[in-house]
Amino acid sequence: MATTQQRMPASSSVDRATSARRPLGRRGDARAAALMITPALALFILFLLVPIVLAFALAFTNARLISPNPPEFIGFDNFSLLLTDPVFWASVRNTFYFAVVVVPVQAGLALFLAVLVNTKVKGAQFFRTVYFLPVVTSMVVVSLLWRFMYEPDGLINRLLQAITFDRFTPIDWLNEPAWAMPAIMFISVWQGVGFTMIIWLAGLQTIPVELYEASELDGAGRWQQFRFVTWPGLTQTRTFILVTITIAAFSLFTQINLMTQGGPLDSTTTVVFQAVRSGYQQLQTGYASAISLVFFVMVLTVSLIQRYLTREKG
Amino acid sequence: MSRRNRRIVAAGLAVLAILATAACSAESGGGADGPQTIDLWTHAGGNDAELEVINTIVDDFNAQQDRYTVKIQDFPQDAYNDAVVAAASSGNLPCIVDVDSPNVANWVWAGYIQPLGLPEETFEGQLAGTLGRVDGEVYAYGYFDVALAMFSRQSTLDDAGVRVPTVDDPWTKDEFRDALAAIDKLDRFDYALDMSTGGTGEWISYGYSPQLQSFGGDLIDRSDFQSAKGALNGPEALEWARWFRGLVEDGYMAQTSGEDATADFVNGTSGLLYTGNWADGTVKEAFDDAVVLPPPDFGTGPKIGAGSWQWALAKGCDDVDGAREYLKFAHDTKYFVQYAKAVGLIPATLDAAAEIPAYAEGGENRIYLEMADRFAVVRPETPAYPYISSAFEKATSDILAGGDPQSILDRAVADIDRDIRQNGGYHS
Repeated sequence: MATTQQRMPASSSVDRATSARRPLGRRGDARAAALMITPALALFILFLLVPIVLAFALAFTNARLISPNPPEFIGFDNFSLLLTDPVFWASVRNTFYFAVVVVPVQAGLALFLAVLVNTKVKGAQFFRTVYFLPVVTSMVVVSLLWRFMYEPDGLINRLLQAITFDRFTPIDWLNEPAWAMPAIMFISVWQGVGFTMIIWLAGLQTIPVELYEASELDGAGRWQQFRFVTWPGLTQTRTFILVTITIAAFSLFTQINLMTQGGPLDSTTTVVFQAVRSGYQQLQTGYASAISLVFFVMVLTVSLIQRYLTREKG
Repeated sequence: MSRRNRRIVAAGLAVLAILATAACSAESGGGADGPQTIDLWTHAGGNDAELEVINTIVDDFNAQQDRYTVKIQDFPQDAYNDAVVAAASSGNLPCIVDVDSPNVANWVWAGYIQPLGLPEETFEGQLAGTLGRVDGEVYAYGYFDVALAMFSRQSTLDDAGVRVPTVDDPWTKDEFRDALAAIDKLDRFDYALDMSTGGTGEWISYGYSPQLQSFGGDLIDRSDFQSAKGALNGPEALEWARWFRGLVEDGYMAQTSGEDATADFVNGTSGLLYTGNWADGTVKEAFDDAVVLPPPDFGTGPKIGAGSWQWALAKGCDDVDGAREYLKFAHDTKYFVQYAKAVGLIPATLDAAAEIPAYAEGGENRIYLEMADRFAVVRPETPAYPYISSAFEKATSDILAGGDPQSILDRAVADIDRDIRQNGGYHS
């Protein structure tokens, strides 16, 4: 994924620990906590809260990035323009297309890899490292390298030709409207899967070994073990992975900016890419803010739906 | 959180805020003693030849007086404009910036740059296209101009049986097509033609809008700069779009060419290279029989862009005198000569041209000077240009990708006209 979310699910248990201790009246602890939260709070306000509030306000103005004129309030003009903009609808479509494919594929593949490298065979450590390598490579580097590999006479086409004994006709991956997005999905999964795997792995290792031993005594096969021990044991991890990689998938930008610039024929333009393009290249700060606001609502809605679907029942 | 702890948090935030402001203000403005630092930003990052000349000028300036120290900050060209705009929005522009000539009108309108304030005779004998002049005032000067040109090899053209076009007798549209077909038939290259279609940003408008103009279209109706209707979506523009896409469909040109079209040409992947004269040195070094060709005449004569990067004085500069002294110092014939030699571009003054044999009458680079003189069309001098350029860039990439040209061009026109309307016609 373009942005790997570093927040770990452990934070909820930390909250519980501090709130449990508070009734004891340890004033010093509370003060230390207040001091420690200050830097995080400052950064949060400066780089998250302020920009969000600004974007909300600017979305209703005709603010320009370069202009001698002060911004004017124009009501919902930006939004009505947005609704009639075919590029915006293409961006929304592409963003959902990307998320709908990438989230399950990346999560599923990562789980598969995690289960594989979780076994205690020789070399498991080696494979963990190998799968994690793309993650530590910057998305910018990955995008540039794959741009070369996707060329008509690039590595991918040559490879496909070699294994099909030249029966494969080279595809200009990034210039074919039908292939450009799948090509970008592929490298995004390739780059992000390692990180997701590590989270699954952390989840897998919280499942007590006794459960596996007990199920084995009961005569469960490997599939049944996965189905009735592993899968239920990963509930928390699952929710976390689902939410974080969905958000990351929605904010697809780096690959697009470096590999296709939204083309060919708007087949890879995304909401974030369009916001950046309108805001910076076309200098329309107000319009770009409106796009960001819509994006915010979009992500919020999807996250709320996910939370509702994955809530702990009972 | 208790009230006391809330106070600690609030105090902490206040301290951080003060520290941040202090850090920001400490950054600008030099110390009381010692030379004043004057920041200079350039787009030449990654272009070693050009950066080296800038370094030379700055070093010379810093060495010959001790009141000011000019400090260079270089950016990759792709990121430069964004950096300037971001700096301007936060009031952090350096004193001296370089500006791509089509942006001069926009930056003047936005209040980024101020008149240079150098005596008029400084610019005597300087090519008009290399001065950023708005309402009679000079806001920027450049060391060079560039010319679009095509490169090939004598051997390639001979083998294909194609005549070498000249400035007086360029290829017509049909001749160009025949030449591509003949070169393609040699079966020697991946593509007969490389037009750097992999380029992005301003290259698209700089490189391809002259072709559109040669067909008879334009980016905007230049009578009052209020609408692109007819100019960008009329029959001439449509013909240009069909022709351009046709090159891809006929297999003469890649829809997206490689990262470095000049390198690809030198490595023999293309037979004809359409680019600017900045490629001159590389091409001539690689091939003894390299030939420089004027762009084809698609109807209204060959056209090339005009105006390149120029130096300007930012409005927020708090050391105008120092910055002006540098800009005056830097406007010296020897630096014009160095620039032209280092980057192989057309020197901006006649004095400098006279000192470079290649640009004198009969010199091997004379053709660029002639083309700049006869075929040059400046990009529309309107504050709307950045938007127009971005809309044209998108339209061009959609056309190359095979979209319907009429609806793409209509869309671009509608977008451009709406932007002009939204900005009240960009009247200052």
